[in-house]
Amino acid sequence: MHGVPATRRRRLDRRLLRESRAARAQLLLAGALGVAMALTVVAQAALLAHVIASAAVHHTALERLTGALVALAGVIMARALLAGAFESSGRIGATRVMSELRGRLAEQLLVRAPIGRAADRTGELAAAAVQGVDALEAYFAGYLPQLVLAAAVPGAILVWVLGIDAIAAGLLALTIPLLIVFMILVGKGAQARARARWWALALLSGHFLDVVRGLPTLRAFRRETAQAQTLERVGEHYRAETMGTLRIAFLSALVLELCAMVGTALVAVTIGLQLDGGHLGLQAGLTVLLLAPELYGPLRAIGQQFHASTDGMAAAERIFAVLDAPAALAAPERLLAPGAVNATGTATVGGISVAVSSPAATPDAREPESAPDPASEPLRFEGVSFVYPDRPELVLHGLDLELHPGRATALVGATGAGKSTVAALALRLADPTAGRVSCDGRDLREIAPEAWRARVAWVPQRTRLFAGALAENIALAAPRAPRARILAAAHDAGLDELLARLPDGLDTRVGEGGRGLSAGQAQRVGLARAFLSGASLVVLDEPTAHLDADTAAAVGAAIERLAAGRTMLLITHDARLARIAETVVTLAAGRVAETPVRALA
Amino acid sequence: MSGDYASLIAAARAGGAERRRLALAIALGFGAVVAAGGLLATSGYLISRAAQRPEILALSVAIVGVRAFALARAVLRYGERLASHDAALRLLGRVRASFYRRLAPLVPGDLGAAGAVGSATRGATGIDPHAGRRGGPGEDLGGGPRGGDLLSRFVGDVDALQDLYLRALAPPIVAALAICAAALAAWLILPAAGPVVFVCLLLAATVVPALAALLSASAGRRQAPARAALTDELVETIAGASELAVAGRAGERIARLRAADARLARLARRDGLAAGAATALASAATGASVVAVLLVAVPAAHSGALAGVLVAALALLVLAAFEALAPLPLAARRMHACARAAGRLQELTDREPSVRDPARPRALPAAGELVVRDVSARYAPEEPWVLEHVSLRLAPGRRVALVGPSGAGKTTLAQLLVRFRDPDAGGVSIGGVDLRELTQEDVRRAVTYAAQDAHLFNTTVRENVLLARRSASEAELWEALAAAGAAEWVRSLPDGLDTLVGENGAVLSGGQRQRIALARALLSDARLLVLDEPTAHLDRASAAAVMSDIVAGAGERGVLAITHCDVAAELFDELWELRGGILYKVK
Repeated sequence: MHGVPATRRRRLDRRLLRESRAARAQLLLAGALGVAMALTVVAQAALLAHVIASAAVHHTALERLTGALVALAGVIMARALLAGAFESSGRIGATRVMSELRGRLAEQLLVRAPIGRAADRTGELAAAAVQGVDALEAYFAGYLPQLVLAAAVPGAILVWVLGIDAIAAGLLALTIPLLIVFMILVGKGAQARARARWWALALLSGHFLDVVRGLPTLRAFRRETAQAQTLERVGEHYRAETMGTLRIAFLSALVLELCAMVGTALVAVTIGLQLDGGHLGLQAGLTVLLLAPELYGPLRAIGQQFHASTDGMAAAERIFAVLDAPAALAAPERLLAPGAVNATGTATVGGISVAVSSPAATPDAREPESAPDPASEPLRFEGVSFVYPDRPELVLHGLDLELHPGRATALVGATGAGKSTVAALALRLADPTAGRVSCDGRDLREIAPEAWRARVAWVPQRTRLFAGALAENIALAAPRAPRARILAAAHDAGLDELLARLPDGLDTRVGEGGRGLSAGQAQRVGLARAFLSGASLVVLDEPTAHLDADTAAAVGAAIERLAAGRTMLLITHDARLARIAETVVTLAAGRVAETPVRALA
Repeated sequence: MSGDYASLIAAARAGGAERRRLALAIALGFGAVVAAGGLLATSGYLISRAAQRPEILALSVAIVGVRAFALARAVLRYGERLASHDAALRLLGRVRASFYRRLAPLVPGDLGAAGAVGSATRGATGIDPHAGRRGGPGEDLGGGPRGGDLLSRFVGDVDALQDLYLRALAPPIVAALAICAAALAAWLILPAAGPVVFVCLLLAATVVPALAALLSASAGRRQAPARAALTDELVETIAGASELAVAGRAGERIARLRAADARLARLARRDGLAAGAATALASAATGASVVAVLLVAVPAAHSGALAGVLVAALALLVLAAFEALAPLPLAARRMHACARAAGRLQELTDREPSVRDPARPRALPAAGELVVRDVSARYAPEEPWVLEHVSLRLAPGRRVALVGPSGAGKTTLAQLLVRFRDPDAGGVSIGGVDLRELTQEDVRRAVTYAAQDAHLFNTTVRENVLLARRSASEAELWEALAAAGAAEWVRSLPDGLDTLVGENGAVLSGGQRQRIALARALLSDARLLVLDEPTAHLDRASAAAVMSDIVAGAGERGVLAITHCDVAAELFDELWELRGGILYKVK
C-alpha cells in the first residue's frame, strides 16, 4: 500500500510528467487555474474585509456598499467556477493519462512483446490497468493540483499580507515550516494508523468470512451458536488492540490541528494588539484574519492527498515495468500508432494493409502472398541462438533445423530444452538473438510479422477460449469464414459429439461468462482453428499434455488428419503422438542432439 | 430503493446498544465545530473591538477566548476521532454477530434460491455484474446464485455497514446541530440574522449534496458496467496475447480495447464534470451565504440595531459553520451504499428458513436405524425431481455405499439425512421418529455429515478436527486421524497438530484437506456417519486404502459413503446406485 519509497516516487513523478503528454497538459492547466484561484482568494478576503470594516466603523448604508457587494459576489462566483474547473480538469486529466497508459500497455503486450511472460500475471496487470484509474485519480485530481494550490495560494497570501503588515506576514511565514514538519510527522502517524486499522479490519473480515463460509460445517457439528460468541469475542479483542494504536497515532494529528488553530489565534491576537496600538486599520486587520485559514487549508490538504495518491503511484509503477520490458521482436512494428487505423478498419503495417474490424475487410487482406509459403519452401533454422531478455542463459545454442514442406517434424526433449522457444521463433513471436530463421531464403525478420503469421497456425498446450460464440472461437484466425467451413473444421477436429450436445450448437457462448469446456474439448477447438485457418505451417506445442490417455488418443487422431498436406512442427512428450511425424528431432541443451531421420513404415 | 432505506433503519437499530458511544462521538464532533466557529467569531470581535483602541484589559477576555477555542478545537477533534473509531469497531462486532445469527438457519438449504432471486433483481437494475472481482466492501458483488459468492457478498455487505454511523449518520447529525447552533448564535447577535443563517445553511446542507448526488449518480451507474467490460477485455487480451497475435487479430483487439477505453473515458469525463459542478456549487453556496448575512448586517449596523464590533463576528460565524457541512456529500454517498448493503442483507435474512425446529420436539430415540421412506425432493415446485421415491435404511454397524454420476442427487439425499433440507414427499426417520419432530441439534447429534466441500477453518489442524467433539482426548484425536489416513502425515509436520492450515486449508493439498475433514467426521460421537466423497482428490490406491480404513474405523457406527467413482463392493454390506434421482440396489 505504502510500498513506493520516496526516491522512487520522485522518479515516477517525473516520469509520469515526462512520458505522458496528457499529464503535462494537466499540470499546466492546474497551474494556471491555481494561480487564478489564489488571486480570487485574496480578492474575496479584501472585499469582505472592506464591507465589514465600512459597516463596523463607519456604519455605511447598504446603498453605498452595493458596488463592493456586487464585486464580492462576482469574486465568489469566479472562485466557485475556478474550483469546479480545477476539480473537473484533474479528474478528466487522470482519465486521459490512464487511457494513454492502457493503450500503450496493450500495444506492448500484443505487438511488440507477445512472448513476454506477462500472461503469468494477467489479473495483476488488468487490475493495475483498470483500477489504476481510480488510484491515479487521487494523484491527478488530488495530489498534483493540491501541490500547485499549496504553492500558489499561500504565496499570494503572504505577498498580500506583507503589503499590509510585516509582523503578521512574518508570523504566518514562521508557522508554515512548522506546519510542514508536523505534516510529515502526521503522515508517518497516518501511515501507522492506516496500517493498524487495515490489519485489524482485514483480520476481522477474514475471520468473519471464514466463519460464514464454514457455516454448513459448523451446523453439521452443532457449533454454529458457539461461533456467534467467538465472533463477538474476537471483535472485541481486536478493537481493544486497535484503539491502543490509534490513541498514539491520532496524537500527531492533534499536534497538526493545534499548530493551524494556534497559528490563527496568534495572528488574531497579534493583529488585535497592532490595531489597539493604532498601527493598523480594521480593514487591513480583518483581511489578514480572513486569509489565515485560507493559508493553512491547502497546506493541510496536501498531507491527506499525498497518501491517497500512493496507490496511484503503485499502479503506474506496475504499468511502467511492463512497458520497460525489452521487446522480443527485433524490429517492432509500429502497427497501432494512433492514426494508423483508418476509417475503413484496416491498419497499415510496413505498406501492408491489415484487417482490423470492418465487415468489408476479409482475413485475406493480410496478404500472405507477400510472405514465402512454408507449404512449398522449407523453413530453416541456421545457427540459431536465443536468450530471453530477462534471463542470463542461452535457451537455444546454435540450433540447425529444417522443416520440410508438407511433412511433420516432431520435436522431443526434456523440459527446458528450448522446444517452446523453437515454436515461438517459427511463429515469429520472437526473433533469434543470433543466427537466422528463413523460408525460401528470406530471413523472417524481413517479413512483416502479420504477413508471416497469416501462413502459420498454432495449437498451444492449453487452447484459450475467448468470450464469444463457439463459431467465433473456431474462426479466430479466419473471422469471415462461412459457416459451412467452420462446421467442416469442427468436424475435422472431432467436435461433432460436443456440438450435438450443446443446446445452441456453434452459437453456444464459451469462454468467460459462457459455457465451460473440458481441456480435451478446448484442444479440439484449437485444432479446429488450425483446420480452418488455411495456414500451411502448423505449430503444436504439447497439444495433449493436459489430457487423459483416452482423450489424448482421440485428439492425436485429429492431429494426424491435420498433418495431411501441411507442414507441421509437433512438440510433444508423448511418444505415441510423435509417431505421426515423419521426422523426430531430439532437442537437448538448446541444440539438436541427434536427427534420426526415420521414414514412416 | 425506499425498501433499502427501511432495511437501513432496521440495521441501524441492530447497533442501538452503542448509542451512548455514538452520542459521545457526535457531541465531541459538534463541540469541535462550535470551537472552530467560536475561534473565528471571537477573533472577528477581538479585531473589531481592538480597532476602537480600548484599554488592553478590555480585550483580555476576547484574547483568552480566542486561545481557549483554538485549544479546545484541537483537543475535541482528537476526542471525537477516538470515540468514533471506538464506536465503529464495537458496532462492527455486534452487527456481524447479529447478521450471522440470522444467516445461520438458512445455510446451506436456503441459499441457492436466495442467490437466484438476488441476482435476478440485480440484473434488472443493471448494476455491474463484475464488481465482485474488486470485492470491496459495499460493492455490489453480483455474479449468480453460487453459494460462495453469496457468502462473500454477505460478508462485504455486513462490513459495509460499519460506515453507517461513523461516516453516514454522524455527519448529518453534527451538521444539523451546527446549523441550529449557528442560527441561534446569529439570532442572539442580531435577531434578523438568525433566520437568514438558518435558511442559507439548510439549503447548502440539503440542496447542494442532493444536486451533487444527482449529477454524479447517472454517470457513476453507467461507469461500473463500462469498467467491467474493459476489465474483461483487458484480462482476455493480456492472457491470450500470443494467440491473438498469431491469429492476426492483434490490430482488431487493440481497436476494440481502445473503443472500450473510450466508452469508459467518456463516462468518466462526464463524472469529472459533475464532480466539478458539485465543488463549484458548494463553494458558491458558502460565499452566497456570507453575502446574504452581510445584506442583513450592514443595514442593521447603519441603523444602530447591530453594534459595529459584531459585524465581523457574524460574517465569520457563517464561514465557520460551513466546515460542518463539508462531509455531507460523501456522507450521502455512504448512506446510499449502506442502504443498498442493508437492503441486500435483509433480502437474504428475511427468508423464512425452510427447515425449522418443531414447537414441541420429541426426544431423540436412544437407538434405532435411519430410515428413508419413499422420499422425493426438488428445489422448486416447477423444477424436475432431484430424488424420486427413494427408500434406504442405515443401521448402526452397517456399511452402505452410494454411487452415482455427478448431478444424480447424491448430495441432496445426504442433506435430507441431517435435515439440511426436508423432503417434499415421503419422510426420513430415526428410531421410528420422523426427523421433523426432532430438533435439528438432536438430528445432527445422531447423524454426522461430512460434506464434499467441508470447510477447514483458518486455524490449527487440532482445532479443525476437535470441532466435531471438543471433549475428545489426544488419543482419540490421533485415532481419528489414523482412520482418515492422515496420522503419519500430520506427525511429519514440523508443528504437528498445531500446524496452521491457512484460509480454507490453502496450505494443504486437496487430499490432505479431505483427510482432515474425514478425521473430523470420524471423531464425532454420532452413531451414523454420512460421508460425501470422502476419497475425492486421492489417487486410486490411496482412495482404496482410506475407504477400507473408514470401514474399519467406524466400529459400531453406521456409515453411508457417497462417491461418484467405483468402490470396492466387498468392503460394504450394501451398494446402491443413484441415477437420475432413482435409487437402484447393486448389492
